Amino acid sequence: MENIRYDLATALPEIVIVCMAMFVLLADQFVKNNNRIAIYGISQLTLLVAAYLTFSTHSPSVTYAFTGTFVDDAMADVLKLMIYLGTSLIFVYSRQYIQQRDMFRGEFYALVLFSVVGMMIMVSGQNMLTLYVGLELLSLSLYALVALDRDNARATEAAMKYFVLGALASGMLLYGMSMIYGMTGSLNIAEINNALQSGQNIHAVLILGLVFIVAGLAFKLGAVPFQMWVPDVYEGSPTAVTMLISSVPKLAAFAFVIRILVQGLQTLAVDWQQMLMIMAVLSIVIGNITAIAQTNLKRMLAYSTISHIGFVLYGLMSASINGFVYALFYVVAYVLMTLAGFGIILLLSRKGFEADKLDDLKGLNQRSPWHAFLMLIVMFSMAGVPPTLGFYAKFSVLQAALQAGYLWLVVFAVLMAVIGAFYYLRVIKLMYFDEPIDHHPIEAPIDMRIALGVNALSLLAIGIMPQGLMELCAYAITRSLS
Amino acid sequence: MVDYFTQHLLSFAIWVPVFSGILVLFTANDNKPNSTRWLALAASVISFLVTLPLYTHFNFIDGGFQFQEGFSWIPAFNINYHLGADGIAIPLILLTSFTTVIVVIAAWEVIEKRVAQYMACFLIMSGLMIGVFSALDAILYYVFWEAMLIPMFLIIGIWGGPNRVYATIKFFLYTLLGSLLMLVAFIYLYLHTGSFEIVDYYQVQMPLNVQVLIFLAFFVAFAVKIPMWPVHTWLPDAHVEAPTGGSVVLAAIALKLGGYSFLRFAMPIAPDAAHYLSGYMIALSLIAIVYIALVALVQKDMKKLIAYSSISHMGFVTLGFFIFNNLGLEGAIVQMVSHGFISAAMFLCVGVLYDRVHSRQIESYGGVANTMPTFAAFAVLFAMANSGLPGTSGFVGEFMVILGAIEANFWYAFLASFTLIFGAAYTLWMVKRVFYGEIANAQVAALKDINKREFLILATLAILVLALGIYPQPLTDMTNATVTQLLSHLAQSKLPAALSTVIPAGL
Repeated sequence: MENIRYDLATALPEIVIVCMAMFVLLADQFVKNNNRIAIYGISQLTLLVAAYLTFSTHSPSVTYAFTGTFVDDAMADVLKLMIYLGTSLIFVYSRQYIQQRDMFRGEFYALVLFSVVGMMIMVSGQNMLTLYVGLELLSLSLYALVALDRDNARATEAAMKYFVLGALASGMLLYGMSMIYGMTGSLNIAEINNALQSGQNIHAVLILGLVFIVAGLAFKLGAVPFQMWVPDVYEGSPTAVTMLISSVPKLAAFAFVIRILVQGLQTLAVDWQQMLMIMAVLSIVIGNITAIAQTNLKRMLAYSTISHIGFVLYGLMSASINGFVYALFYVVAYVLMTLAGFGIILLLSRKGFEADKLDDLKGLNQRSPWHAFLMLIVMFSMAGVPPTLGFYAKFSVLQAALQAGYLWLVVFAVLMAVIGAFYYLRVIKLMYFDEPIDHHPIEAPIDMRIALGVNALSLLAIGIMPQGLMELCAYAITRSLS
Repeated sequence: MVDYFTQHLLSFAIWVPVFSGILVLFTANDNKPNSTRWLALAASVISFLVTLPLYTHFNFIDGGFQFQEGFSWIPAFNINYHLGADGIAIPLILLTSFTTVIVVIAAWEVIEKRVAQYMACFLIMSGLMIGVFSALDAILYYVFWEAMLIPMFLIIGIWGGPNRVYATIKFFLYTLLGSLLMLVAFIYLYLHTGSFEIVDYYQVQMPLNVQVLIFLAFFVAFAVKIPMWPVHTWLPDAHVEAPTGGSVVLAAIALKLGGYSFLRFAMPIAPDAAHYLSGYMIALSLIAIVYIALVALVQKDMKKLIAYSSISHMGFVTLGFFIFNNLGLEGAIVQMVSHGFISAAMFLCVGVLYDRVHSRQIESYGGVANTMPTFAAFAVLFAMANSGLPGTSGFVGEFMVILGAIEANFWYAFLASFTLIFGAAYTLWMVKRVFYGEIANAQVAALKDINKREFLILATLAILVLALGIYPQPLTDMTNATVTQLLSHLAQSKLPAALSTVIPAGL
């Protein structure tokens, strides 16, 4: 009995969010349309409570629960807090957008909360199956969210594509896990690690399993050559959902990679390093070059995501503690940039009008100098120009890669970053150098304006003072991996 | 309070213009542009005044870094906020803050569109460029170096000419490419020394092949900025499209960032590579001096002509660096400062004409001296200075570099001295076609002579050009100790002892 109470206490934030998600779903049936703002409030409150629980029960030591299938360590707590923060921002940014598109319903909030639980389980899973269940919970919620605007043909198509390819990836992942299980006799991450270190295995089978696992992970991350779904899903989904797909789940995916590849399969590091290396280089090339040809802002950001994932992989492939710290730093920076970028798109959208073309940004400096300035920061940050956060993100992962001895790969990444800078500059060009073609006043609720301002300016502020975030990332990784 | 100020002179020099730029941006009201202009002028004058103590408090005997200050900025990477300036940096810092005042005045009535953003861009950029000249931490330097691209990118793109988008994106990408390779070199050095302190890099020993790679990484960054042939092609585009103020800052200061950085990074960090590759560097400099001067000769656009003339003059700067003697190096620094004044003045002159006639083509003019006699007098003076007439500042630097080159090799000097002929040819031919002869058309006939504002800035620059030409001593006194120290550092090999005799094959 004591044990169960202890287990439940460890997973309390997850339990709270699951319960609240179901409550939201139920309560939604009894709420009138004009009172639906209460659902929004409850969802935000849920995240706040979960954040309080995670923060107040935080300890730097590692705690296992549910017979070692669930772990609560520094990395889990830090990432969960970031997931709450990111999701809360998504709620703020998307409220007006989904109200205008008849998606302001309980389903949206319940599904997002379920996806948050999925991410939290991915972050805390210590068993291949637990991790897999978390991933599926996230994925299924996202498929449904993409198709939430069910009369929209593009959204339905995107959901279908996302679902089919996502299911394929899940299958691969499971297949790889079963191989590892066959060799090591365990699904538990720590036990797999012990079994591998004792060395009584057939290497070829392990590598086969590893290939499938890495392929599955790459699908979820959107790394080349498994990136095909990314642009279509980004473009087809309602922008509010695109913002969700492109941002916080990357934090969970990062933890997923750390749990499986680093904590579980670190003895195979030499093998997965090579795989990550190839994917990293290809992602940066394909992402940056293809982005140039895009006219749709969401598609452009999709390719930009692919190239950012390439940079994250540069950190991971270094296979050093520093590399993981910097990769986490990059992911956090990426999430902040993406949220602000999509926030601007949502801000410019209005009923019956999606501001998802590049040309929709034309002359933004004349329509609203303040928001043009915010987008300017986001774009320079994505391009990695100091003094923005994106610079330190690139700087640190490149440093990790250089430390691991990949001098020419680093030089190559740098050349690709210059190509990448071109399409970010084009956005700035549209905003600052062109005349506006759209003269509608920008209407947005005050909380969204403030959140967006803080979000974008944080890119500048953390860019000038990156030490705090860097320490947080170092704390999360070193406490969990030592 | 006064103590605090004197201990943080460089910080004030950097952050006063940056914060006043932000202030201008936020207090601006585009319906009342005049108040914005006065505010910007006050800000730029104060920014200039806070840099003056750098001269009065300067210790002329000490060749090392003065006015040092700093604290730990990002301990995770051992990055420090560390500032300091030596005899090479301080003249350039003063040049920067001075030029900003000129630019603000020059934009007075000319810029009518988004005045606040324009002024803010220049003020912020001024602070960032001073930051480049005074940073003693590689990453701090890099942050300033890159950050200053952002306002310049906007200046050319928003207030530039018809082809401004192409020009500004080309400018940005060229510079970014070079800088990122420099960043890789910094990270490499960091992994070797555990520090981003520039002074620490001066001590580190490296085999020649590593030095050559590091030198080349720096070279790409700085050669683009100076610009050296053959990576100069962004400059004529950027100059032609930029508004007058943008051209002035580009020519007067931005190009010097590259020259300064050669002396701060590439040469002292990899001295053996610098010696090893000096032949190539001199060849590139001579090509710039001679070939680019010939290119300038055939230009039809006045701004393009001055842009090419800038590249040609900057060739003298790099030539002076790589002949490794006192005269050459000091001449190069004098040339940098003098070119700052002369090119700024030349671009302002073109600006004066452009504001009235809206054409930069030489053929649109003719006989301007008849309708604008005062202006013509200034323009001819600056043209003479540009072609290196004795008594103007243009002569001093070039003459010193040529003398230094004779010490190194007669033929370098022989080729370099061609510039005195070509320089005179392209500048004076332009002056002849624009200012002399019959009044070419009705537009020229209707020209009004320069107003008080224009007179003020041109007269200030004219005094400086003559002063530096007749009495360059204050400037050379500042640089002397630093140059001597730099040359003695460059003379010491930094090859690891065991490897010093082995030059790897294939290099």
